[in-house]
Amino acid sequence: MGIRLNPKTTQKIAKAVIWSAAILVLFLLFSIIIYILSKGIPHITWQFLTQIPSDMGRSGGILSTIVGTLSVTLVAIIVATPLGVGTAFYLTEYTRESTITKIIRFSAESLAGIPSIVYGLFGFIFFVIYLKLGWSILSGGLTLAVMILPTIIRTSEEAIRTVPPMYREVSFSLGGTKWQTMIKVLIPSALPGIATGIILGIGRCVAETAAVILTAGSALQMPTSLFSPARTMAVHFYILASEGISLEKAFATSALLIILILLINIGANLLVNKFVAKGH
Amino acid sequence: MKNYKAKYPINLRFSFIFCLIILLFTFTLSTGCSRNSAGIIVAGSTSVQPFAEVLAEEYMILHPGVTIDIQGGGSAAGIMATESGTTDIGMSSRTLTGDETSLWSVEIARDGLAIVVNPKNPIINLTLEQVCDIYSGKVSNWSALGGEKSEIHVFTREDGSGTRSSFESLVMGKTEIMPEAMVENSNGAIRQLVGDDPNAIGYISLGLVDKDVKAVELNGIAATREHVIDGTYNLSRPFLFLTLKEPTGLVKDFIDFTLSDQGKQILNDQGLIATGVNP
Amino acid sequence: MLQGLIHKMKRLGERFPQSLFFIMALSALSALALITIFIFIEGIPLIVKVGFFNFIFGMKWAPSLGQYGIFPMIVGTVLVTLGAIILGVPIALCCSIFLAEFAPRKLSNLVRPAIQLLAGIPSVVFGFWGLIFIVPAIRNYLGGPGLSILAGSIILAIMILPTVISISEVSLLALSPLLKEGAFALGATHWQTIRSVLLPAAKSGILASIILGIGRAVGETMAVIMVLGNAVALPSSILDPARTLTTNIGIEMGYASGDHQQALFATGIVLLVIIMLLNSIAQYAIRRK
Repeated sequence: MGIRLNPKTTQKIAKAVIWSAAILVLFLLFSIIIYILSKGIPHITWQFLTQIPSDMGRSGGILSTIVGTLSVTLVAIIVATPLGVGTAFYLTEYTRESTITKIIRFSAESLAGIPSIVYGLFGFIFFVIYLKLGWSILSGGLTLAVMILPTIIRTSEEAIRTVPPMYREVSFSLGGTKWQTMIKVLIPSALPGIATGIILGIGRCVAETAAVILTAGSALQMPTSLFSPARTMAVHFYILASEGISLEKAFATSALLIILILLINIGANLLVNKFVAKGH
Repeated sequence: MKNYKAKYPINLRFSFIFCLIILLFTFTLSTGCSRNSAGIIVAGSTSVQPFAEVLAEEYMILHPGVTIDIQGGGSAAGIMATESGTTDIGMSSRTLTGDETSLWSVEIARDGLAIVVNPKNPIINLTLEQVCDIYSGKVSNWSALGGEKSEIHVFTREDGSGTRSSFESLVMGKTEIMPEAMVENSNGAIRQLVGDDPNAIGYISLGLVDKDVKAVELNGIAATREHVIDGTYNLSRPFLFLTLKEPTGLVKDFIDFTLSDQGKQILNDQGLIATGVNP
Repeated sequence: MLQGLIHKMKRLGERFPQSLFFIMALSALSALALITIFIFIEGIPLIVKVGFFNFIFGMKWAPSLGQYGIFPMIVGTVLVTLGAIILGVPIALCCSIFLAEFAPRKLSNLVRPAIQLLAGIPSVVFGFWGLIFIVPAIRNYLGGPGLSILAGSIILAIMILPTVISISEVSLLALSPLLKEGAFALGATHWQTIRSVLLPAAKSGILASIILGIGRAVGETMAVIMVLGNAVALPSSILDPARTLTTNIGIEMGYASGDHQQALFATGIVLLVIIMLLNSIAQYAIRRK
């Protein structure tokens, strides 16, 4: 401990350690993704995508889970987007910083931190049992809506705030009301930012397992209505993997999930870039 | 100001997507309103579940338009759901006790309970007492049983599992399973984990034993269907379908199908012993 | 007079969207309130029934015997999270320093989305990967069943990397460039600057990121269920299987009922309290900037 190293040496060591850490992280990321994709993509066939699972998922495809994932996500987005964007509007356009805005912001931040299993508990006791919706796409979607609400509020608020005040002033000077300004000027301007939030929310819905398994159930059959139970791809993958039902199908399902997440992320990034480019 | 006009196309695109979403929403809602297709829910034991699913698949092929939703949850949950009316048919992998016997039940098959170890494990035979000692923690090393000198990794099912209850009443008696035992939620998970770990032991449905695991002989008797049928291998439990009242309509039809020769054939093919005895 | 009427209608037309948005804005608050209320309503009776100390410090979790002590799960959560922090934070900090200070523009523009992708991967995929690679490795080289606290910590460490990296990086980038220039002017090397000037300056942001990482680790369920072994006993080493508060709920929720179900909600209450505490500390740390 008594050795005083030359600062140039410590610099070299530090740089080596830091570069190795970064390489380690990248290596981990790529090895996980490439492993899953390489084992899974060969089994993603047309049948896989278009047939429903049979024999507990050992054979057939995953069509019902794809439909399950899409429906649950759609319900979540349809419910959360208006509420989230509306909240963002209220926070930016209609009030100054006050107790009520602080409370609302605190609520949104808190919601963001709640563990997904607690959302599952809540969704179960509130939507499935109390509101008697049963295990259904509706229960799952509404639970997910509450989960992604903070994300949409946060990104929408940021998006609306970065609309240059000049746009608003021009609209007002032309005699527009706040409402008209909003519809015709603010929303179109902030759209890429809002869309980014929605896409991030979609990503969250697709990846979520704990909350969904307790609210939408795990029935394998093709859902026939909003009140049917449904299995999402993430839940299906969890069941396949943890019960060792079919390693092939597990890999294929997770590969599909990763590809979806990749696409979602790329979409979000493209939008963010467009947003930044527009942000003047 | 010029940008202001350029925004209208985006406005249009936005409204178009919005309309699409509304359309999709109303479509799904309308299919929800037309819940004409009959459907029943079957929920409970995860041991019975895969077999119920195969039965349901076959039934739905024969009766298109009918939906049978199979849910897991465990025998305890299935019994509770039947009592509360949450499910049409409950599944249980253990006998009913106490108040539960007021439910209408039918045994659709018998299932052997296999004690499994890793195929690499040299142990071939165990006595019931030895299994009990392993699970209570009294014996913790394979060497005490004539195997390798290594720690026994014990796997058990979760608390509400019918498989576990059957195991506890048939093997453990009054002795408790040790808290250090690792808990998994399904037969499949235990089979997978025991298959991966040379020092593991677990218990699963006899019908689920495959090349991944090795079923030990109990007191010298091999764990096979034949031995369960002739009674020499006495670790077995009933698979039950439960209803709140005497079954009618679609529920009765499905249960009848399960008890029919076709249903029994399906269950036998899957490794169960289908008897169809009405208690 | 018509002018007055039109003016009045316009003002009403203004009030309507304002009230509409106000009601929408209350959605976040009402959701939080609902969640808190329902979880508490379900869980508190059980805590009262069993006794607060028996619940929190009880060593035995045996629902079929009516025993609901969650102390082993609390220990499980603490150990797994601690392990995740010890393994993950140093690496994450190095990465954030890398992105903020060492990486050329083109590389950081590639690495940052890659880390975002890591954040988006479903937790069950991590659990699966852990089951295939980490668990056998621990079992073969370190002993024990492999399903262990160590496996959980490793998986969680990987999962919290994106959180800690991105927020720490933002904190570092937000520092005034004058700090760096000043240090260089005094003859410090790059690393000396980072260590003695930049890191301390970004301290509160980095701390906030770590606390949010802790929150993520505490709240994770699915990945942990797959690799932790889920034994109810108090773990005695990191190679032992264990249960966390989250996995306790996750495993048993599917079939619990009555008291058992309420006990799981009570576990949820404990989780909520822990997360709220962590969040408040993080918020406080961020605001202190």
